Amino acid sequence: MSEFQRPKTEEEYHANFKQIKPLMNDTQAHVESGRCLFCYDAPCIQACPTGIDIPLFIRQIHSGNIKGSAKTIYSANYFGKACGQVCPTEVLCEGSCVFTKQNIEPIEIGRLQAFATNQAIVNDTKLFNLQENQNKKVAVIGAGPAGISAACELRLAGFNVEIFEAREKPSGLTLYGVAPYKIDNKTVLDEMDYLQKSFGYTVHYNTAVDADKLKSLENNFDAILLAIGLGATSALGIPGEELDGCLGAIEFINDIRIQKQNTRVGKNVIVLGGGNTAMDAASEAARMGAENATLCYRRSKDEMRAYGFEYELAKGVGVFGLFNIAPLEILGDKKVEGVKFIRTKVIDGKVKNLEGTEFTLPCDMVIKATGQSKFVDFLSSIENINLDKSGKIGINPETGQTDNPKYFAAGDALNGGKEVVNAAAEGKIAARGIIGFLGK
Amino acid sequence: MPDLKTNLAGIKSPNPFWLASAPPTNSGYQVMKAFDAGWGGAVWKTLGIPVVNVSSRYGGVNYKDKRLVGLNNIELITDRPLKDNLIEIEEVKKHFPDHAVVASLMVQSKAEWHQIVKDVENAGCDGIELNFGCPHGMCERGMGSAVSQNPDVLETLTNWVMEVAKVPVIVKLSPNITDIRVPARAAKAGNADAISLINTVQSLVGVDIDNFVPYPTVDGKSTNGGYCGPAIKPIGLNMVKECAQDELVNLPISGIGGIENWRDAVEYILLGSTNVQVCTAVMHYGFGIIREMISGLEQYMADKNFNRVQEMVGLALPNVSNWENLNLSYKVIAEIKDEKCIGCDLCYVACDNGAHQAIGLNKETRIPYIIEENCVGCNLCSLVCPVEQCITMKQIDTGKAEVTWRERTDKDDIPKTFNDELAGGIGHFVPKPGDAFKK
Ligand SMILES: Cc1cc2nc3c(=O)[nH]c(=O)nc-3n(C[C@H](O)[C@H](O)[C@H](O)COP(=O)(O)OP(=O)(O)OC[C@H]3O[C@@H](n4cnc5c(N)ncnc54)[C@H](O)[C@@H]3O)c2cc1C
Ligand SMILES: Cc1cc2nc3c(=O)[nH]c(=O)nc-3n(C[C@H](O)[C@H](O)[C@H](O)COP(=O)(O)O)c2cc1C
Ligand code: SF4
Repeated sequence: MSEFQRPKTEEEYHANFKQIKPLMNDTQAHVESGRCLFCYDAPCIQACPTGIDIPLFIRQIHSGNIKGSAKTIYSANYFGKACGQVCPTEVLCEGSCVFTKQNIEPIEIGRLQAFATNQAIVNDTKLFNLQENQNKKVAVIGAGPAGISAACELRLAGFNVEIFEAREKPSGLTLYGVAPYKIDNKTVLDEMDYLQKSFGYTVHYNTAVDADKLKSLENNFDAILLAIGLGATSALGIPGEELDGCLGAIEFINDIRIQKQNTRVGKNVIVLGGGNTAMDAASEAARMGAENATLCYRRSKDEMRAYGFEYELAKGVGVFGLFNIAPLEILGDKKVEGVKFIRTKVIDGKVKNLEGTEFTLPCDMVIKATGQSKFVDFLSSIENINLDKSGKIGINPETGQTDNPKYFAAGDALNGGKEVVNAAAEGKIAARGIIGFLGK
Repeated sequence: MPDLKTNLAGIKSPNPFWLASAPPTNSGYQVMKAFDAGWGGAVWKTLGIPVVNVSSRYGGVNYKDKRLVGLNNIELITDRPLKDNLIEIEEVKKHFPDHAVVASLMVQSKAEWHQIVKDVENAGCDGIELNFGCPHGMCERGMGSAVSQNPDVLETLTNWVMEVAKVPVIVKLSPNITDIRVPARAAKAGNADAISLINTVQSLVGVDIDNFVPYPTVDGKSTNGGYCGPAIKPIGLNMVKECAQDELVNLPISGIGGIENWRDAVEYILLGSTNVQVCTAVMHYGFGIIREMISGLEQYMADKNFNRVQEMVGLALPNVSNWENLNLSYKVIAEIKDEKCIGCDLCYVACDNGAHQAIGLNKETRIPYIIEENCVGCNLCSLVCPVEQCITMKQIDTGKAEVTWRERTDKDDIPKTFNDELAGGIGHFVPKPGDAFKK
């Protein structure tokens, strides 16, 4: 029997996906904030893509100015609470904490950040005064971290903002992609409600923008922000991908976040890939009660793009890693029954298959965590937009402006897929670019 | 947004946060950097005939893992020539005309006082602070705290300055004295416009037990120094209150001593300070702490609906008075929230060994409970408890009418003999001595 039983109720689901960074209580926050050294020109600030004044907000917590603390955080990062829970702090702020140099636990910056912002959300604290209406209209496509952050910043400056979102809820992959043990749906959406109340932008849900719709937006808005993120999981290009039981990691995780305990999960799950999404998918399969969750990667363990702590987290729930094997074919008749692999070796940075080393691993589910596709067709329909070979949008990094001056871009669609915090930072940069462009 | 502008006896500043006269105000470079960071004013490092300093100069008091809860120094006044300081004061004022630059002064003869007052005024300072507080080195030469300790001298020196000063004059007091109101009244008698307090507290912070020399050591020897930092805040608060409540003092106050965040500043203001000065916290963390102080003060004022800092000055004063005016019928007892208890049992041992044996212990769960009839409501357990809001004090109805010691004295209703029936502890539970050996 595996450690996790298949959850049958929502309660069991939440128990299996227990928060790894739970909300701090007052004592924790007091003790932890008291440890901060208030370093000069603090490395944690440098390490945060949104440059939150971390020592300041921690000192504010310690002196009992929680509102001020929340304001410090939100002034730099509108996804303050979500980031406190989902950011890979181990490689960002906390990883740079000077205490780590003496093998002392770093300050739990993420959890302190969630503690302070939580109070603003729960109490619906008004932290910002929006500027006079500017009579300028901006359309934002996509209500993910990039789009919402830009909308907040634009509203702060008094611009009218309408967001067009294909799905029925805001926050993009924060809700539909991030592992549920990092943040639960309610937490995500409570912050979204708080932001919308505070900044008063309009969101049109269930409204996918296509090339035609875009033309009409062009006529009605002074600037357009592309914050569309990335698309579905890309195909592997091997036989058998169409079999029942073979699906993309994005789709699998999306199901878990929405269907929760009702998500279909195999008994023997093979996850293909070596990035963070692969780690998440494998972890989540294990927590959903899969008896075996096996991670299979073409290169060595050290070459995985995933953060070390994400792999550790996956191993901690029973995920088993296999390295230097590449999938050749997904086997089965209608349903997935196994994967045929071949051993590999990396020569001069290139993966080489080792002839004659084929073998088969039986399984009843294959999850492809092999990257998300880009919305190349949609983006190509826009005049004068430059896409690089991989489909990333070309911009002026200081303003987020594309070669078509009316269009700006931010987030995964721009950077090819990073973290929530990067999208939040880029959304803000693009908003400032728009404010500069439209003048005020 | 609340207005943080303050005015101390005519010295205006954009906010109530000033740097105290000390190393952070040693040079124009530092003062400009501080103003740029957000500080509202600076009292320049005390000027006079430049001194020669020793090395090393500071000693620190750490509490467990917390550094510098107290700092002690054996530094004297400025060791830089007056003319260099004057040029820099002038330059700072050019860049920051609306910030307060106050020149701290310490000299001896009347002629010197008259001369240096004119010099700093010509350089453009907005006010003058007389350093009658330094408790080491300078006092041996009849200056600094020696002046605070002699009210006649203090009054005379203040008068000398007032004869010529055109800008407001603040007298900075030493806490190294029995009754702070005495030098404060002397400052008033000498016509000072304001007082500031406290300067450092005479101290020895520790001893090198291998070499038998106190800290800080200078070539194997040491001397007493001046103590400052968070540890001295309670002394400063009380002395500010004493001066603020004294009708004979009746001067605006600049509060100093252990201020490191907005809360400390608010406390000083509520006890009668018009503004505050900071030294050690800046020496520890740099000018950047001003961000936390301003944001916190603004938030507090907004939450409490204060528009101007002046509205807050002295609001706590009506609620501090002599012990004899406290209500003897008022009673609180401790209350433990079991669900928060982590079982350290520090409250149990504190009450059993150090208070009134009013806490019982469930040995199995380690969760203590209050024996209500034994609890005198001293607060000790709630103070030692490491969990926020785990032990709180709740008021109980004693059914007795409000009565003070003063009133009881007037009614001749107080204990007067050694075994008086009116003793407050009569009827209160005390274990038998022999119970001490019960395990
Ligand atoms: C499995 C997985 C796990 C992750 N885990 C973490 C994590 O733990 N921590 C972390 O910081 N980051 C994590 N990330 C990354 C993070 O979620 C993204 O970097 C971030 O959400 C990007 O924000 P965005 O606004 O650019 O795009 P998205 O979040 O993708 O939002 C884009 C939005 O645009 C909408 N949209 C797209 N096209 C259209 C259209 N044509 N019309 C209208 N709307 C449209 C989409 O519906 C979506 O709501 C994870 C990502 C994945 C895939
Ligand atoms: C190193 C050092 C030097 C000081 N020098 C002076 C001085 O020259 N003049 C003066 O009036 N006070 C001097 N002080 C006292 C401070 O101005 C201040 O009154 C005292 O430190 C208490 O405030 P704090 O607790 O914020 O440090 C000095 C303090 C220190 C630590
Ligand atoms: S702080 Fe350190 S480096 Fe600076 S003067 Fe003092 S002893 Fe020297």
